[in-house]
Amino acid sequence: MSYLVYIIGFLLLVLIGAAVYAVRQRDLLYAVIATGVISLALTGLFVILQAPDVALTEAAIGVALTTIIFIITIRNTVRFEDEKDKK
Amino acid sequence: MKKTIVIFILAAFGYFLAITFLAPEFESNRNRNGVKNVYLDKTVSELKTANTVTAIVVNFRGFDTLGEVTVLFLAATALGSILFKKRHHIGERTVMLPASSIVGSGAKLIFPAIILLGAYVFIHGHLTPGGGFQGGTIIATGFLLMLISYRDFSISHNILSVIESLAGILFVVFGLLGFMNGGTFLQNFMGTGVLNDLFSGGVIPIIYILVGFKVAAELTGLIYTILHEKG
Repeated sequence: MSYLVYIIGFLLLVLIGAAVYAVRQRDLLYAVIATGVISLALTGLFVILQAPDVALTEAAIGVALTTIIFIITIRNTVRFEDEKDKK
Repeated sequence: MKKTIVIFILAAFGYFLAITFLAPEFESNRNRNGVKNVYLDKTVSELKTANTVTAIVVNFRGFDTLGEVTVLFLAATALGSILFKKRHHIGERTVMLPASSIVGSGAKLIFPAIILLGAYVFIHGHLTPGGGFQGGTIIATGFLLMLISYRDFSISHNILSVIESLAGILFVVFGLLGFMNGGTFLQNFMGTGVLNDLFSGGVIPIIYILVGFKVAAELTGLIYTILHEKG
């Protein structure tokens, strides 16, 4: 069962990395995709920790629904935090 | 004067908060006599339900689920009431990503499979992981895929609200039927059948199917409203 520890460690690293990226990124579209990656890693963690009910909820709401609602919002508002961030 | 009153109120609040947190004696018999074992025993022996999470959510804590469904309904209604005026004037989808033919064909191919998966998840909620909330969300995701792939794909808002209201009313009606038959709200008054059968667990599958319809209709209506909002 030792390999499970490595998978959990990898997923936690992905989670923390994506969270830091989402906070530091100035392009909001990339930040939203990073939050989707957080939800994906969290789904894997829930499956490993034997909570399939929560994993299903997280996969449906966190990965698909929330991400796309945020993308629609960004399309209707602004994509960058500041004007000078536009390339 | 004002500051004194504020400090006094905060001190009183802190006092009662401290009392609340210090009152339960940890490390005592609390955990051994808790409800955990009752739930685990009764789920298999009395309710004949394979999924303990479903048994807790729908049967033991059914009233909380009714509150949860109400919260979702209120959130969807609030969003609809905020965006209603704008949508009423325009009627044209404003967010339109021009979908390629690959996306369109793929969406058409995968849409029935997504709906079927959602229906499977909430019909088998008492046997396998998942349930009404998860299945309803999966179905809403399928409708979202069709809505962003096809410009002329539309859903009747009236049908959605009829489904939603009917499912909510039937949930409460089943709760009241338990009131009449057994004595408490949402009592499991039907025969529980055999463990691992599709028709087992009494009212649990019926209520979860109703929750699934309600959540699917609510979330689909919510996505439809957001997509038609003029930026």
